[in-house]
Amino acid sequence: MNLRLPSKVLEHIISFIDSNEDRNSVSLVCKSWFETERKTRKRVFVGNCYAITPAAVARRFPEMRSLTLKGKPHFADYNLVPDGWGGYAWPWIEAMAKKSPSLEEIRLKRMVVTDECLELIAASFKDFKVLVLTSCEGFSTDGIAAIAATCRNLRVLELRECIVEDLGGDWLSYFPETSTSLVSLDFSCLDSEVKLSDLERLVSRSPDLKSLKLNPAVTVDGLESLLRRAPQLTELGTGSFSAELKPEAFSKLSEAFTNCKQLKCLSGLWDVLPEYLPALYSVCPGLTSLNLSYATVRMPDLVELLRRCSKLQKLWVMDLIEDKGLETVASCCKELRELRVFPSVPDLDATNVALTEQGLVFVSQGCPKLESVLYFCVQFTNAALITIARNRPNIKCFRLCVIEPFAPDYKTNEPLDKGFKAIAERCKYLQRLSVSGLLTDKAFKYIAKHAKKVRMLSVAFAGDSDLMLHHLLSGCESLKKLEIRDCPFGDTALLENASKLETMRSLWLSSCFVSFGACKLLSQKMPRLNVEVIDEHPPETRPESSPVERIYIYRTVAGPRLDMPEFVWTIHKNPEIGVSHLAIK
Amino acid sequence: MSTSFEKMDEFVNLKETELRLGLPGTDNVCEEREKVSCCNKRALPSEIESSTRKSETSPPRKGQIVGWPPVRSYRKNNIQTKKNESDNEGQGIYVKVSMDGAPYLRKIDLSCYKGYSELLKALEMMFKFCVGEYSERQGYEGSDFVPTYEDKDGDWMLIGDVPWEMFVRTCKRLRIMKGSEAKGLGCVV
Repeated sequence: MNLRLPSKVLEHIISFIDSNEDRNSVSLVCKSWFETERKTRKRVFVGNCYAITPAAVARRFPEMRSLTLKGKPHFADYNLVPDGWGGYAWPWIEAMAKKSPSLEEIRLKRMVVTDECLELIAASFKDFKVLVLTSCEGFSTDGIAAIAATCRNLRVLELRECIVEDLGGDWLSYFPETSTSLVSLDFSCLDSEVKLSDLERLVSRSPDLKSLKLNPAVTVDGLESLLRRAPQLTELGTGSFSAELKPEAFSKLSEAFTNCKQLKCLSGLWDVLPEYLPALYSVCPGLTSLNLSYATVRMPDLVELLRRCSKLQKLWVMDLIEDKGLETVASCCKELRELRVFPSVPDLDATNVALTEQGLVFVSQGCPKLESVLYFCVQFTNAALITIARNRPNIKCFRLCVIEPFAPDYKTNEPLDKGFKAIAERCKYLQRLSVSGLLTDKAFKYIAKHAKKVRMLSVAFAGDSDLMLHHLLSGCESLKKLEIRDCPFGDTALLENASKLETMRSLWLSSCFVSFGACKLLSQKMPRLNVEVIDEHPPETRPESSPVERIYIYRTVAGPRLDMPEFVWTIHKNPEIGVSHLAIK
Repeated sequence: MSTSFEKMDEFVNLKETELRLGLPGTDNVCEEREKVSCCNKRALPSEIESSTRKSETSPPRKGQIVGWPPVRSYRKNNIQTKKNESDNEGQGIYVKVSMDGAPYLRKIDLSCYKGYSELLKALEMMFKFCVGEYSERQGYEGSDFVPTYEDKDGDWMLIGDVPWEMFVRTCKRLRIMKGSEAKGLGCVV
């Protein structure tokens, strides 16, 4: 029986499918489904901006309204990718400006965005609504001003942890004088002061504003004034609190918070003095998300705050919370889904803080909905990992950073193999995993055997040999992103498992023992991969067997990059001609 | 149990047919294992079964591993400045280090080092070069590389010329100069 649906019917059915993964599956069924799907996809996600050309994307999805792009590899966050590597937004903006002028939303992560990009966005997309830049760099507040001034229907403008050339606070005054359609504004990463009066007036004429994240330059007085004008906020990022506490200021602030009856998410809190925390008590019972990871407040004050947050689902905090504080979280925050504990001293000389593996064990016992963990801790034990795994088989994201490289189970002196085995075995829905501490090849055998749903895996200072990489590449069925640093394997496993790499988005290897020769071989064998050798010293001048510093391998249908800097080598580079550059603007 | 051993054997035998470069009979992969990372001082695979996992060489020097612990710079910088403001222990004196010819900048924490020799050793390991012999009169001799720093007044000085504490207080950033420019600096008496 040949079922052929009229295309209008098919279109209607497919329009209900939101998930891009499902849409990707739909598009593989047959040509007519492919055609129908592509004509109805409005939200396009490109996980690696070099995997496909902008023109191809624009061609395939004529109804695109929202574009999300990611640029640099994840380890760029930790300074492992040299400046100038790439990830330029310009070619994408330029192409979309011409071919997809109805684009309304652009979300970029780890990309280089210039003022020219922002100006082109402002000029080209008539109904532009959403701009979210995460961990981006290369632009100044002038570019932001262009967006503010020109995009009359702008709803969302969020700069998340970007490196911005801050030329002053004038950009804020460029928003339209009459009412704005702003729903969300996040300028928390900007340094310089914005005129409070500009901010007050903006907030007053933005009736739809629901999310406001201020920068540290906004003071307590400023915060209070803004809250009075926007009691409807559901998300707030405060300014800083470093001013001395004045009783009148405190009571005004308290009152302002009390009037914010819809506040669900609270962040910022830079330098918050413990004396200010009681002003927040009134919003605590309603909070679902609390980011205290920049608050250098100590345990007793933290606990007073946290025990009032019974609806909390997401908590980001520093290790100043200590085990005791986490014990309180475990007993009071029964709705907790996500916990992140950051180091208060982010280097190897970790201060002697009373945060140990026990803190995470408490939370795993007390919080039945816990599914996402990021935990920095000086050392750990297998027993703790096994307990956590037993308590919380529903964990989907488990990122443990044992700060001391090669640290074994400090009670038994064994590797942490058994502990991570338990995590892999019991957490059947695990999608993201970061391992650390002393690990042998065995740990990776276990992970490969059990962690069948893991899509992203991060490894550092672990393993003994090529076996570890062989296990991961031959065993982890759902693996899409693998990033490894400082592990002692060579060429064998990589070459043996070359075909696996086409099923993944990307593989990052740094400070391992993979040779230049292997990179060349891999490139020759696998034409649909870009094998980038990122090395300070041009590898062509060294013996083929010498290991290279960093390798970034990703599947692509776009062919070789045209914007590679000197220190990136691929097999396509012609040394006589030199580096070919796209106009980067 | 036996299947895993069989698999191990299979895998080990792959070496015979593996794609390699170089003349048959040579095993150049093992010979030229330069340690590209100062921290990866691990025992070779033959010691998989050893019970004590202490590596032979000393553990990585604190404060020197790039990008570890994996905390975003944005976060590091925001906590760092707060710490400097609140407690004046001088904890975390981060300065940028550049080397002529290298496309990267590194950042180091001067408070991690107790003196010039520790600092220079760290720089040597980080950028893989050697400083020459230092003498007050002649500066650094015997190497193309000269470690210099920019002080609060914007002057470029030779590392080692002033007492350590003064250096830590006044240093804004470091630069490892190369070649002729370096010579000029080294000869100033």
